[in-house]
Amino acid sequence: MAEEAILAYLEKEEEISNSENFAQQFGFSHEEILNVIRRLHGFKFVEAKDIRRERWVLTEEGETYAAVGSPEFQLFSAVPPEGIIALEELQKKLDPAVYKIGWQQALKNKWVQMKTDVPMKDVQPADDKVKDLLLRIQNNEVYCFEDIDALKRRKLIIQQVWKGNSVRKGPKYAPIRKRAATNLTRENLQRGDWKELEFKEYNFSAKGQPFEGGHLHPLLKACQTAILLQVRRQVQTIFLNMGFEEMPTNNYVESSFWNFDALFQPQQHPARDSHDTFFLKVPSTTKMLPEDYVERVKEIHESGGYQSRGYGYDWKREEANKNLLRTHTTAVSSRMLFALAQKPFAPKKYYSIDRVFRNEAVDRTHLAEFHQIEGLICDRGLTLGDLIGVLHDFFSRLGMSKLRFKPAYNPYTEPSMEIFSYHEGFKKWVEVGNSGMFRPEMLLPMGLPEDVRVIAWGLSLERPTMILYGIDNIRDLFGSKVDLSLIKRNPICRLGL
Amino acid sequence: MPTVSVGRDRLFEALGRTYTDEEFDELCFKFGIELDDITTEKAIQRKEKHLDEEGTEDDGETIYKIEVPANRYDLLCLEGLAQALRIFNGLDPIPTYKVANIGKESMLEMHVKTETSKIRPYVVCAVLRGVTFDEAKYNSFIDLQDRLHQNICRRRTLVAIGTHDLDTIEGPFTYEALPPAEINFVPLKQTRNFRADELMEFYKSDLKLKKFLHIIENSPVYPVIYDCKRTVLSLPPIINGAHSAISLKTKNVFIECTATDLTKANIVLNTMVTMFSVYCERKFEVEPVKVTYSDGKSFVYPDLSIYNMNVPLSYITGIIGVQLPEEKVASLLHKMQLRAEKSLSEDKKVKFVVFVPPTRSDVLHPCDVAEDVAIAYGYNEIPKRKPASLKPLPLSQFSDLIRTEIAMAGYTEVLTWILCTKKEISSMLNREEDSSAAIIADSRTSEFEVVRSTLMPGLLRTVGHNKDHSKPIKIFEVGDVVFLDATNDVGAVNRRHLAALYCGATSGFELIHGLLDKIMEATGANFVSPGNSSGYYIEKSEEPALLQGRQASVIYAGKRIGTFGIVHPKVLKEFDIPDPCSFLELDMQTFL
Repeated sequence: MAEEAILAYLEKEEEISNSENFAQQFGFSHEEILNVIRRLHGFKFVEAKDIRRERWVLTEEGETYAAVGSPEFQLFSAVPPEGIIALEELQKKLDPAVYKIGWQQALKNKWVQMKTDVPMKDVQPADDKVKDLLLRIQNNEVYCFEDIDALKRRKLIIQQVWKGNSVRKGPKYAPIRKRAATNLTRENLQRGDWKELEFKEYNFSAKGQPFEGGHLHPLLKACQTAILLQVRRQVQTIFLNMGFEEMPTNNYVESSFWNFDALFQPQQHPARDSHDTFFLKVPSTTKMLPEDYVERVKEIHESGGYQSRGYGYDWKREEANKNLLRTHTTAVSSRMLFALAQKPFAPKKYYSIDRVFRNEAVDRTHLAEFHQIEGLICDRGLTLGDLIGVLHDFFSRLGMSKLRFKPAYNPYTEPSMEIFSYHEGFKKWVEVGNSGMFRPEMLLPMGLPEDVRVIAWGLSLERPTMILYGIDNIRDLFGSKVDLSLIKRNPICRLGL
Repeated sequence: MPTVSVGRDRLFEALGRTYTDEEFDELCFKFGIELDDITTEKAIQRKEKHLDEEGTEDDGETIYKIEVPANRYDLLCLEGLAQALRIFNGLDPIPTYKVANIGKESMLEMHVKTETSKIRPYVVCAVLRGVTFDEAKYNSFIDLQDRLHQNICRRRTLVAIGTHDLDTIEGPFTYEALPPAEINFVPLKQTRNFRADELMEFYKSDLKLKKFLHIIENSPVYPVIYDCKRTVLSLPPIINGAHSAISLKTKNVFIECTATDLTKANIVLNTMVTMFSVYCERKFEVEPVKVTYSDGKSFVYPDLSIYNMNVPLSYITGIIGVQLPEEKVASLLHKMQLRAEKSLSEDKKVKFVVFVPPTRSDVLHPCDVAEDVAIAYGYNEIPKRKPASLKPLPLSQFSDLIRTEIAMAGYTEVLTWILCTKKEISSMLNREEDSSAAIIADSRTSEFEVVRSTLMPGLLRTVGHNKDHSKPIKIFEVGDVVFLDATNDVGAVNRRHLAALYCGATSGFELIHGLLDKIMEATGANFVSPGNSSGYYIEKSEEPALLQGRQASVIYAGKRIGTFGIVHPKVLKEFDIPDPCSFLELDMQTFL
């Protein structure tokens, strides 16, 4: 409003000489006009010059006198025309403060005098010069210094600095200013006027707004993703406490070779179907494999060796080259063990917790992506007893101390054991993971010494989390559809504490 | 894992005793199979028809659904299960399978024509003589074929089984490959004659068979088996002829398995004949068939020879971790259908010659023998030992530190899918198609087309799904994205990214900027003037997913490591978000 008025005025006129006058003329408060001028000046729409004037303004007392007359005049007026009144009478007619000041001033002005004990008018008639002066000052009229001095001493007026602007067109003047925005608001989106927004140049040399922090509350009132994350951290701590070293699992794209072939998983195995595995269109094939090792893997699949009968089929390199999204982190284990075999043997304990992929339709119990926990120990002379021992150690730290083991089949472990834990709540045994010893057909072609055995186990992060926290829909655990306000008062993850 | 449905009462009859469900479950657990479900024939039918009726008292026979290991084809039928469990329980000796000793002249013959090499080059055959079927046995025989087809035969692509009433046909047989128009026969379950190409068309509407048509459909020649009178036995791997169909009255069964994989064909044939030779007049005896190829080479099937495997005692006990005497090991192996004979090796150490029967194709290596000893001994009887230790990777450790820092700033951590649609990393982000993303070949779900190359869609989707959540929404994610990278062996690499998003009544742009400062501070990077590579600074950027003028690149150690800014309103609209958002994404690996 005010802005438009100023810009419109300047379109026709050269200058606004006094902002205050302008404000009065167009019915704005001077303060508002000054704010607008300052802003327009900032955007260089106008050029404002400060005007500074010292002036006298009435004090509160002065303002009263300007309205009702000076106390001396009031006192003078209270004396009846006959000129004589009893002092007590006069005192009664007036406010005590007015009487007191009025009497002094009236005496000084020689408007009254004490004759014996009766006040009487001295001069007649008298003019209320003080009131007139105050009114003139209020109206910014000219006055002489002596008058000012007297009023100043009586504290009826006070000096004030007045600031205003004179305004002319600035270098970026335009009759209408598009407002430069500093932020995007919900209103902008609703009105759709974000298209017209022009932003004020951001200050790229400044730092951002400092913020207050220091609360861990998102973890305390955790949604289920937070539980999953806590369990992940806890599992990691368990592995570290058990002296395991983390494997680098930051490679989602893997070749069929490391994901399957190196694990002695035959090429016609159902898991290698596109029904179960995400194969990649881009990048579709792997370019580099360790050729002499590939030869040994081909050999063991086709015709055996290292005392194995092999699978007796034609092993195809094209199948091994096919890229996929790793179906298990064991693909990483096979790379790690191969790397280990290239050096003089040293025992190792490895672990990883990371995302794996299966070409599944997502429902309450299936996810196309989930987290796999894997642990393995590689050493000479390991036995099933060691595997059972380490599983008891690991799972009891997760709060599952009652375990039993079922024979199972897995293409790359032999013996293989499914791990069951007794669930006190459900009063039954539930499957919690898989384990076994890696097959010699996997380890020996890598070049590991014959007496080296690898015991390993794997489980999903989601399953124990669901069991431990009674969550029955796997989709609640993570993904974009997780309800952020699904805030349940779940206890802090105290697994193994 | 394949599941086998067997009638409980028939199974218990074969096992020679009854069990409670719990007892049987326990037996399965020890042996390494799983009692998956207990149901009835009628309940299964109701389920197939999606009926919700309650079961009644007379729901018929109780059915056990038993899950068996994927490499134990001998456990895919009641006969095999019963035999394995009986021997496991010490009731039966290990059967010795024999190939009938018949003269060359009376042996049935199968002649293979050259053309078959173009489509399905191998065939193996055998005959079961004097079989007595009843309805249950007959159904089991058919079911086993189905399960083999589903599992080891890979839905008939690798091997297809045909079984025939030998008394309706006459050898020698020929295995040929002919143009479809030249093949003419009455197929099983039909009453009229079909030409092979018509038949393929006809089966396109057959729910069961249509999924096998692709195996030969586009071949100029189809595999076909004839008898000496040109009666069609089968059109593998699709259908048998009606003429030679087996029935409850069949006494002599001719089995042929055509294949693209000879090893698996042998396993399939051996499984069929060993399992059902139990019903033969001469128990466990199978009559051989001579298969002659066009190059004159001939082979006699089935090959029921025993594979002799040398396994040192110390190897077995070394794996199990229990010192077992040799007699004990031998008796444990016996429970698992493996006969073992003790012998001394050259260095005077005890070893076994383990006789692996044709039913145990899963035994490939001495480690399989060791496992069987461990199973028979009992996994849960093995005393535990504690194996005779390090640090997390810098990348995870660093990620954790940063995650804590951001959580302390009041942001909630989310975990979103790594897979997303092409649109979500391109047009929905107001960007051109991303040529640096890894693309999935055939996904079951249209939601998953590519591997994410940015964390942005995951966070935006989360806000879109949580529109009604009170504002502001402050979320973050630390996770990997994938880019194509020709210098890596597989052609792609992961990068660890960090992303944070603020959504409120106003965009919170300065807050996100402030979060960046906080993160950079935590990594020990100083805010420096542009061009200085000793710390970080920000400069104007042109990222289409973000609003022009309210976005900046983050430059750290002279490298662009990410951007932040107000999310472009077009992008907000794509993700159905009514409120303004600011977003930050950084490559965290740069800090290491």
